[in-house]
Amino acid sequence: MPDFLLQLVNLSTPLAQSEGVRMLDGSTGILLGVVIGCLLIATGVGQVLRKQPDSSVNPAIVQAFIHRVRAWWLMTAILAVTFLIPTPVATVILFGLISFWALREFITLTPTRPGDHRTLFGVFIILTPAQYVLVGMGTTHYELFSILIPVYGFLFVSACIAIAGDYIRFLERVAKIQAGLYICVYAMSYAPALLYLEKWINPNYNSTAGLLFYFILIAQLSDLLQFVFGKLIGKRIIAPKINTSRTWEGFLAGTAVTAVIGALLSLTGATPFNAWQSALMSVVIAVMGAAGGMTMSAIKRDRGVSDYGTLVEGHAGVMDRVDAICFAAPVFYHLTRFYFTELPQ
Amino acid sequence: MDLNLTAPVLAVVAKLIAGPSVRWIDSQPDTCQRVYFSNHTSHLDSIIIWASLPKHVRKVTRPVAAKDYWERGWFRRHLARSLNALLIDRLKVKVHQSPVDMMIREIGNEHSLIVFPEGTRSLDGVVKPFKSGIYYLNKKRPDLELIPVYMDNMNRILPSGEFLPVPLLSRVTFGPPIWLEQGESKPDFLKRAREAVLRLKDL
Repeated sequence: MPDFLLQLVNLSTPLAQSEGVRMLDGSTGILLGVVIGCLLIATGVGQVLRKQPDSSVNPAIVQAFIHRVRAWWLMTAILAVTFLIPTPVATVILFGLISFWALREFITLTPTRPGDHRTLFGVFIILTPAQYVLVGMGTTHYELFSILIPVYGFLFVSACIAIAGDYIRFLERVAKIQAGLYICVYAMSYAPALLYLEKWINPNYNSTAGLLFYFILIAQLSDLLQFVFGKLIGKRIIAPKINTSRTWEGFLAGTAVTAVIGALLSLTGATPFNAWQSALMSVVIAVMGAAGGMTMSAIKRDRGVSDYGTLVEGHAGVMDRVDAICFAAPVFYHLTRFYFTELPQ
Repeated sequence: MDLNLTAPVLAVVAKLIAGPSVRWIDSQPDTCQRVYFSNHTSHLDSIIIWASLPKHVRKVTRPVAAKDYWERGWFRRHLARSLNALLIDRLKVKVHQSPVDMMIREIGNEHSLIVFPEGTRSLDGVVKPFKSGIYYLNKKRPDLELIPVYMDNMNRILPSGEFLPVPLLSRVTFGPPIWLEQGESKPDFLKRAREAVLRLKDL
């Protein structure tokens, strides 16, 4: 037993060391200030539009706009508050809870059989928290955190379902649970992992909270811009059976404008990128975000629902809000880690 | 009434586990005497329905449960008492001590009941034919409002035979009240009651 305790202490030391990560620093503050400024303007515009006569503006669109702005305020407020806590662990827990809820929605909408019950228990109660504990331990556990679910988790899921003794639609059930675990938990966990990146090639840069906020901002913004441009100039729908609001024109124009905004945001110093690097990163996030949106739409169409929150009255689910983040996070993390930090030899 | 924390705490825990969203379709929560009758797939069913009711309605609502299960071990006994459950002896049903008579005696002019007319939990989620208790209950007390309740997804959260819950999301739907019609036969009424529950599934 003492051996086990010793191991536990050893595992927890990186957790204590990582408290050296500063959360709300100057650059992050500037970026937050810019976003809050834009939100104030958007709120003002919403109020002005609401007072216009119905003949000049479509009230439904104005209402949708005001709702979106409110959702953005909420998102910004939650992130800002977690950044105020001087340890990244709070942010990791926040993302862990979002993952947990997204997985809940995903599995709720995915038919499973009684034989999957114990596997699902392991997925929710063991694998999901374990992934976030590893993220919270910092880059020293990068190897384990990056393989826990796609290697050990996937082996666990398939073997556990087999042991339960129900072979009907075996591969299909394994694939469903693995997909949920991969998208909702594994991919999502790369977002808070950004906080633990270190050994930057640019020695003056140390603002990982700003990097996470930049990432979330670009992912959400590209989603919004692709939607708006799709409505304004969209003609050719990418895949009519999957999602009628995603068009090639909206995708391209939205991505282009996101790149410009990304380049401008690099001026805040919240990222280690220069302007053109930031523009390229924004394009990557926008493309991956669109891919995530399409994938989750395809799953929804297959299940015959329009939103992941269908079981919860009147709300789109958490999954609908985070699909872009889930797909973009691993790619953004890897590109940043490979090209902007010194990798261990 | 003594300080009773077990039931409210358990209600919060059960709600966290089962994430129920509650709908009232063509009916409203009320403290008038009612019988909530629901499909039954999980041990969590009683407490989730109970927890889905507003506080002042909870106070007068008593789940009906099987004595042989809920009197085993002090925790279950304690929980049953904390929920003010009405325990029915399934093993010794006597002619002069019928469960329906006991329910009517126990609720007096104040309490409402939560019952599961299928009699036991369904293993596959398919709603079984209803037993006749609910018919006799309404025949002897025609003033009771019978509220159909449909519980979605509970059989995946804590199915029969498992003891570890999987925290998925569920839905509790309360429907409009039904009553025994004049001259309606027992099979007809039981069939209608079952359909009233099933109908809520797709609304």
